[in-house]
Amino acid sequence: MKPPQVVESHTISIIVDNEPGVLARVIGLFSGRGYNIDSLTVTETEHEAHLSRITIVTAGTPMVIEQIKAQLERLVPVHEVVDLTVRGASLERELALIKVQGKGEKRVETLRLAEAFRARVVDATTESFVFEITGRSQKIDQFVVLMQPLGLAEVARTGIAAISRGADESLPID
Amino acid sequence: MAREMSGAEIVIQALIDQGVEDIFGYPGGAVLPIYDALYQQSKLEHVLVRHEQGAVHAAEGYARSTGKVGVVLVTSGPGATNAVTGLTDALMDSIPVVCLTGQVATHLIGNDAFQECDTVGITRPCTKHNYLVKDVNDLGRVLHEAFYVASNGRPGPVVVDIPKDVQFALGAYQGKTNARHKTYQPRVKGDQQAIRTAVEALAGAKKPIIYSGGGIINSGPQASRLLRSFSDITGYPVTSTLMGLGAFPAADDKWLGMLGMHGTYEANMAMHDCDVMLCIGARFDDRITGRLDAFSPNSTKIHVDIDASSINKNVHVDIPIIGDCAHVLEDMVRVWKARSAQPDKEALSAWWSQIEEWRGRDCLKFAQGDDVIMPQHAIQRLYELTKDRDTYITTEVGQHQMWAAQFYRFEEPNRWMTSGGLGTMGYGLPAAIGVQRAHPDALVIDIAGEASILMNMQEMSTAIQHQLPVKIFILNNQYMGMVRQWQELLHGNRLSHSYTDSLPDFVKLAEAYGGVGIRAEKPDELDDAIKQMIDCDKPVLFDCRVHKLANCFPMIPSGNAHNDMLVGDETEVQQVSDEGKILV
Ligand SMILES: Cc1ncc(C[n+]2csc(CCOP(=O)(O)OP(=O)(O)O)c2C)c(N)n1
Ligand SMILES: [Mg+2]
Repeated sequence: MKPPQVVESHTISIIVDNEPGVLARVIGLFSGRGYNIDSLTVTETEHEAHLSRITIVTAGTPMVIEQIKAQLERLVPVHEVVDLTVRGASLERELALIKVQGKGEKRVETLRLAEAFRARVVDATTESFVFEITGRSQKIDQFVVLMQPLGLAEVARTGIAAISRGADESLPID
Repeated sequence: MAREMSGAEIVIQALIDQGVEDIFGYPGGAVLPIYDALYQQSKLEHVLVRHEQGAVHAAEGYARSTGKVGVVLVTSGPGATNAVTGLTDALMDSIPVVCLTGQVATHLIGNDAFQECDTVGITRPCTKHNYLVKDVNDLGRVLHEAFYVASNGRPGPVVVDIPKDVQFALGAYQGKTNARHKTYQPRVKGDQQAIRTAVEALAGAKKPIIYSGGGIINSGPQASRLLRSFSDITGYPVTSTLMGLGAFPAADDKWLGMLGMHGTYEANMAMHDCDVMLCIGARFDDRITGRLDAFSPNSTKIHVDIDASSINKNVHVDIPIIGDCAHVLEDMVRVWKARSAQPDKEALSAWWSQIEEWRGRDCLKFAQGDDVIMPQHAIQRLYELTKDRDTYITTEVGQHQMWAAQFYRFEEPNRWMTSGGLGTMGYGLPAAIGVQRAHPDALVIDIAGEASILMNMQEMSTAIQHQLPVKIFILNNQYMGMVRQWQELLHGNRLSHSYTDSLPDFVKLAEAYGGVGIRAEKPDELDDAIKQMIDCDKPVLFDCRVHKLANCFPMIPSGNAHNDMLVGDETEVQQVSDEGKILV
């Protein structure tokens, strides 16, 4: 009996020692073994403990996703690998800075849409706006699409930050 | 407990504290302080190789034949890059090696300094783990961690890159501790529920098979003993991968021979037709499975492996057990003895009759005439004349390697050293040197091809210098035989660049190095020549002239299923599918 071979998207959170080369190890694993990276974020999360969190959105069949997790787990500086997609309810957020250029009527429409999406204006000139928007990636995708006819100039996105909801069984509560 | 020492002294002390006796290396500017410290002590011995690749293979042979970690010391830049093939080889075959590389001084890193290379960058994908030590105070801890990582869990090579200023700097030496590693703690004990389920499945089998691999050898001699007892109490047949030969005795009736691309007919047929498979310490490599969608289609598969990433990688298994082979086998033996279900005796005897029928095919048979030495015959004679001695066999890569696996019979683990995963021509001679170093009184033979041996021929000089009387038994067919065989079967016999023209005179070559050369050209000369080789107390190059065009059978051509194999007696060679042709 073979498991179904449908491709699924998974958000995987990896807690690693914040040491030189650790990101190269993780992404080298993905490129070396031909796995996808759809989104990648990494930053130190606990300075004292020297820990960083790498969040990767990847896609693959269930067998491949299991492989990815097992491969990550055996890297020496990896503390924990959590598949947030399997864990169920998790929070995913992305932040984007979006520059839109235009004049006249278009500016009004741009601002109206930005408000509907709760995008904040963080910079403005007579010919441009820079919006800051956070939310799920789909929301940002949608906003970007809407801005295209209105003079979309540049997009900078952070990639996904994700975390599980509720109390975490794997961590002590004190 | 921390003592003030130079980085170079810390290296020496850490190696001594790890119980290291021999290191294989080659000096250069970036490791001079370590070589200087080596010079001023007498506990560690150093084997000077002639090429850094040789140092790593020697360390692999040393490790594989002793169960200890092999240690390598090389310089920066070209020293490190020359070691890359050996490191990759050790990674693929799960051999514990610690390789120390010199690096340019920390303030020069990134400046394209003389003999600088990004060693940790280059070796990241070909090591289990690697370190660049920038602070002398970390050096002791990192070195001990390197040995821990190399030898625990699934073993593998670890590189520690040490800048030259760190070797000179004074710092505190952190000795060996038994503290738990903060992240890397491989699981050795298998899940008890899964073990019970596995034993129940095995007890209910009508057509069982045990498929074992190099993991049994890595787990240690106890795992081999337990594999034998498990097969004895169950009465189940055993086959093994190339890497696992010796874990189960070839003399046992339950031994089916090696499986896979050049495995025996009976082993491959039994794998294909079995109903319960116990895969232990093996990884469903493509040399083993053949065509994946036709691999053992009707079996319940149990997979025991210490590396969770080996499970469900190529083949979906029904009962995965993550743990060390010896631990899991011990539990399986215990659970088997206490189980309720009784094996179906009738079904088992029918299964054994079926296996006997397959054995009757006599898939390894060949015809030895009076004129030309058949390569299979040469191995058989070598086996007969050396089997009662304390013998270790290494190989190069090619047909000779497969014939050695088929015709040399191993009764004990750690006696067989070959490059399985990477298939590295040039492995055998340096590996033999490492084995001989660990077992000075043993008979160590590299079964070689004339093409492979030239890849690390220079190590003959190492053998002479260190009085390591390795025997290099070349099956000289003047072809890269394995390449020629594939060209014959897959490329219309167009023998593109697979003939080795201008071969050296191996007898003279041996003499040039200060060793002994022996040649055998006719079947009736063979035994005496082999005896002469065995009796010689120097390194020997044995030029055994064999049939030039012999093919290695049985063979499952790439892309074929296990029950779709070529056996030597078939004159008609079938077409290999286009799908198969693209596979290696
Ligand atoms: C370093 C390296 N280069 C190329 C190959 C591909 N290869 C596999 S077997 C083989 C021929 C080996 O010839 P020989 O050593 O004479 O052995 P034979 O097959 O004739 O017994 C070659 C070239 C390899 N395995 N390793
Ligand atoms: Mg040859």
